[in-house]
Amino acid sequence: MISVLVNAEERRIREGTTLERLLTDLGKAHSGIAVAMDGEVVSRADWPSKELSQGARVEILTAVQGG
Amino acid sequence: MVEQHGPNGSEDPLVIAGHKLSSRLIMGTGGSGNLSVLERALAASGTELTTVAMRRADAEGGSGVLDLLRRMDIELLPNTAGCRSAAEAVLTARLAREALGTSWVKLEVHADDRTLLPDPHETLDAAEQLVGDGFTVFAYTNDDPVLALRLEEAGCAAVMPLGSPIGTGLGIRNPHNIELIVARAQVPIILDAGIGTASDAALAMELGCDAVLLSSAVTRAQDPERMAAAMRSAVHAGRLASHAGRIPQRFWAEASSPPR
Repeated sequence: MISVLVNAEERRIREGTTLERLLTDLGKAHSGIAVAMDGEVVSRADWPSKELSQGARVEILTAVQGG
Repeated sequence: MVEQHGPNGSEDPLVIAGHKLSSRLIMGTGGSGNLSVLERALAASGTELTTVAMRRADAEGGSGVLDLLRRMDIELLPNTAGCRSAAEAVLTARLAREALGTSWVKLEVHADDRTLLPDPHETLDAAEQLVGDGFTVFAYTNDDPVLALRLEEAGCAAVMPLGSPIGTGLGIRNPHNIELIVARAQVPIILDAGIGTASDAALAMELGCDAVLLSSAVTRAQDPERMAAAMRSAVHAGRLASHAGRIPQRFWAEASSPPR
């Protein structure tokens, strides 16, 4: 198991977990969201191949009301 | 219902980066606590473009607004509100492009939470990076005529000076600066922030702005739908007046009836 930060919350996941797997498990692999890992955008096409490493910082963003 | 024809009775679209919008009022979605009230206000405003913010997907308020805007066929202008540095704003813009499939962005980099004034250095830096990365940048800026020119030179598609700080409703505090910005601009100038009531929006257009962007003035009004309709009328009236050639201001009276 490794530990990663998802939206600033610590999570324990299996080594080799892909971003796609993580997002699916969190119920967030839907349209209208975007993901950054360690400060870089990971495009949707790369989710299935992107593996998370120990200490990775994942930010999952979506659009909300704002002026 | 306000007729949306132009000063000559013809179509008078707002053209930004080659894209035509028939409404010169851009109403943001911020500040509304209720989606059905927001829906009625957006409809009354006649806006075709609206702002949204990017936040963590587990934050509250994330559900619903995108579905609403898609249903209403209103285009999205994601903002970078809350960003304090160019680096943060650039990352947020890239995330918005990925999430929403638009390369349009309302760039805002705030210097502090109390004034929410734009940080000029970080804003210009971010604008240069985003233009270089293919974004269509709407730059929120202070009412500084020099900075407005620099943002245009950086390649921004529209420059958006504030009338007064965000959410204050203090109107346009330095109308002459807005006129100076308009006088030299080759890109659309959109008055953004500080609008409190309809006369502020009309004044922005009379000063020569190409459009008005507002949120709280409508969403936090006691009757948002009615205020949205008022803003729509005001923007239209101000646009007509700006092209109608107002009379010069005089110190002494000048009779309009013939002498007896």
